[in-house]
Amino acid sequence: MSLTLFNVILAVVIAISFVGLNAAYLVWAERKGAGLFQRRPGPMENGLWGLLQPPIDGVKLMTKQLLIPGGVDKAVFITAPVLAMFPALVSFVTIPFSDNIIAHPIDVGVLLIFAFAALGSMSLLVAGWSSRNKYSMISSIRAVSQAVAYEIPLMITTITVVMISGSLNLTDIAARQLDGIWAWHIWPFQDDVGFNLLMPISFLVLFVCSVAETNRAPFDLGEAESELVAGFHTEYSSMGFGLFFMGEYANIVIGASLTTVLFLGGWSCPFGDLGFFPLTHNVGWFLLKIYLIIFVFIWIRWTFPRTTIYGLLNLSWKYLIPISLFNLLLTAALLKVF
Amino acid sequence: MNETLTDKLGVLFPDNRCRQVLDSIVMDVAPDTLVRTMERLKTYPDLGFTMLLDITAVDYLTYPEETSTRFKVVYVLRNWSRNWLLQVVVEVADPERGLPSVSTIWGAADWAEREVYDQYGIVFTGHPDLRRILNHWQFKGHPLRKDYDIRQGQICFETDSLEREIRARLATKGVDESTMRDINTEMMFLNLGPSHPATHGAIRIFTALDGETIMANVNEIGYLHRGFEKTAEHRTYNQVIPLTDRLNYCSALLNNIAYVKAVESWLGLEITERAMFMRVVLSEFFRIQDHLVCLAANLVDMGGLTNYWYLYNEKEASYDLISRLTGARLTSSFTRIGGMYRDFYEGWEADMEHQLAAIEKGVDDSLSLVLQNRIVHDRTQGTCLLPAETALSYGFTGPNLRASGVAFDLRKDNPYYHYDAFDFNVPVGSTGDIYDRIMVRFEEIFESIKIIRQAMKMIPDGDIFVFDHRYVLPPKEQVYNRIEGLANHFKLIFEGVKVSAGEWYDSFEAANGELGFYFVSDGSGRPYKLKVRPPCFYAMAGFHTMVEGEMIADAVINLGSINIIGGELDR
Repeated sequence: MSLTLFNVILAVVIAISFVGLNAAYLVWAERKGAGLFQRRPGPMENGLWGLLQPPIDGVKLMTKQLLIPGGVDKAVFITAPVLAMFPALVSFVTIPFSDNIIAHPIDVGVLLIFAFAALGSMSLLVAGWSSRNKYSMISSIRAVSQAVAYEIPLMITTITVVMISGSLNLTDIAARQLDGIWAWHIWPFQDDVGFNLLMPISFLVLFVCSVAETNRAPFDLGEAESELVAGFHTEYSSMGFGLFFMGEYANIVIGASLTTVLFLGGWSCPFGDLGFFPLTHNVGWFLLKIYLIIFVFIWIRWTFPRTTIYGLLNLSWKYLIPISLFNLLLTAALLKVF
Repeated sequence: MNETLTDKLGVLFPDNRCRQVLDSIVMDVAPDTLVRTMERLKTYPDLGFTMLLDITAVDYLTYPEETSTRFKVVYVLRNWSRNWLLQVVVEVADPERGLPSVSTIWGAADWAEREVYDQYGIVFTGHPDLRRILNHWQFKGHPLRKDYDIRQGQICFETDSLEREIRARLATKGVDESTMRDINTEMMFLNLGPSHPATHGAIRIFTALDGETIMANVNEIGYLHRGFEKTAEHRTYNQVIPLTDRLNYCSALLNNIAYVKAVESWLGLEITERAMFMRVVLSEFFRIQDHLVCLAANLVDMGGLTNYWYLYNEKEASYDLISRLTGARLTSSFTRIGGMYRDFYEGWEADMEHQLAAIEKGVDDSLSLVLQNRIVHDRTQGTCLLPAETALSYGFTGPNLRASGVAFDLRKDNPYYHYDAFDFNVPVGSTGDIYDRIMVRFEEIFESIKIIRQAMKMIPDGDIFVFDHRYVLPPKEQVYNRIEGLANHFKLIFEGVKVSAGEWYDSFEAANGELGFYFVSDGSGRPYKLKVRPPCFYAMAGFHTMVEGEMIADAVINLGSINIIGGELDR
């Protein structure tokens, strides 16, 4: 076996196990987090602090029967959960965990992530459509209109950052922000573009969009369990449901990573280069940042009730898109001036 | 006060006989003048009976006294601002020909007449949609007729498509489907329930959707119908108490109290002061529980799960107190005719005060998540409006009516159990949207806590029972040692409390609204007829007017906000 092939297999195995472990333990973290906000302990029974809950849940899901309701479009019905998991997995290839830990640096990494994110919302559409259930269908219609509405400001904001850094490569974007906390894109002053007050607002836009893109509360209209039972995955059981679930949490990690790379300096240490343990040091900062963002995701979920579909679309079309467009033009002008 | 009403009725309707029963006036009306009389009763400013509380029928087939007709229909009307209660009694010569419908006058008559038709087979001519409501559409016969045997079960299983009904509703709403046809699409029919996370029980909300907008809505109830009224006719008065637990099971003790109060007021039985204060404390405590459940579920429907824990944790802790007191968590059966089952236990004040403080904290925490929350405001303000006029017409009562701006509360307007001596406010909403309904319930929790604290200071020592052994069981040592005691005990257990013959209506401000009981007694120990006026039956009857034109998500939270309890709705 050649070394490259071995490397590829190793990268894939690491990526899959990272995604899988993350998905499993983020569920645990979500439940513990919910417990924290709701004054209850959360999972307690299996293992210390309920830490064995995720593998047990996994075993349970895998041993359950996969029910396929009568009258569904079978091929599409089975493909949909795979389609939910696959793009999330592929997107991990381009995420730079540190300057040298990256599965495969791609020059159009940002583009790849967006392409696969679009594919992810496709999976919700086909899942809802093939289920032959009215609730699922309403849910998938919601999910798609939501994805369309929120991808636009998400992309425009990303383009703003791409313009500043002059690269679509995520490693390059992160590498620009290595000189301590003040070099991060979140701040209103940038070397090349002078003084851009709107950068923190752009960060907020991106953050809101990533919450909406991952179908998290308060934008979880696709699932909306009190209205649409369970939305697009109402008819899914066993690992079909499990894959949707894992895909959702994998997407959360992707969203948090993207936010970190674009605005929070990627793997950079907020105190500048301290010069020790470069390898673990860098990865440590990156993971700390993404888990902090994920904690905020969880916090938001257990604080806010769900919006309505019109409220959600209005927010995007009336506020987020104009703001992000304005910031794009402003940044372009400032780049020209300075 | 009722003198003036009698005078007015005497002037306006000289041909009709009026008499006073408890605090209501009973007026006999001939069938052919019914609609005209009812219209005048509602529209004359002097009378202003804007609320139709209930319609029920009585079957005199086995009644010991001879009556001119077998069936009578009773309409219970209320003028809430002047505290007038009027019962209009109409004789039904032939149930097949029936009576003219009053559903054009009050919205509440729609479902109320359907129920009478379902249970007694009395036809209402001119009713827009006279179908069965509590019993299954395949059911044969009319179960509350005296010749329907209680053991005569029927198995019905075919579902009702309701498509004809919803198409009729679309037609009355004037929904134009031609544009939809032009773009090759059609109305989508969607069932929310009977088994759906939002129904909190079993109600079928059938909607016609254009996108996610509800164009028409028809509801089907009766999934929890268990023949409460038929069963009650076969139980002694005290044996009915456990059945009342299952009406509004979120506030079981309130139903117990409402029921025994209705019986005692007819008997003229003055209960002891301590029992009265106990009932005030417990009914306010259960009002809080009911509101906690309603708010928690309502906010969960909105997706705010954290509120659920803040509110429900306190409800759970309260149930510990309740089970220490009554021995049961949910179905307390804690009252008896003439008093209470048991006195408070030693040290209950500390427990109660502790629990009230905990409830205040939980509610404050929940309010801190809700009050300033933009998403909650956007979703609830101005949605599913219930104007005061519609609310009155459909017979909404309690917090739902008060949220629409009508400050009607029986505790203030027709006080019982010294409620006039307590210092409390009646929170009132302004527009009747979901936000108002939520906030009225939040406020009522604080008002109820105020009442409990006052009552705890004032509660006197003493007996919890009246020692009148025609109504109340004698103590055990008398039963074992004295022949009178034994005889009393025996007669009360086997024959029940003897209630003198008559017909009366008595109402109580339950957590959900006016909980009324209409009794017919033939002088025996069992009710000849017992009709419950459940507040949420009438709220559900008006549900479609609130949700048509709104979105599915709004309908879901609206259902939570009017607090539908299946046990009470379907009886």
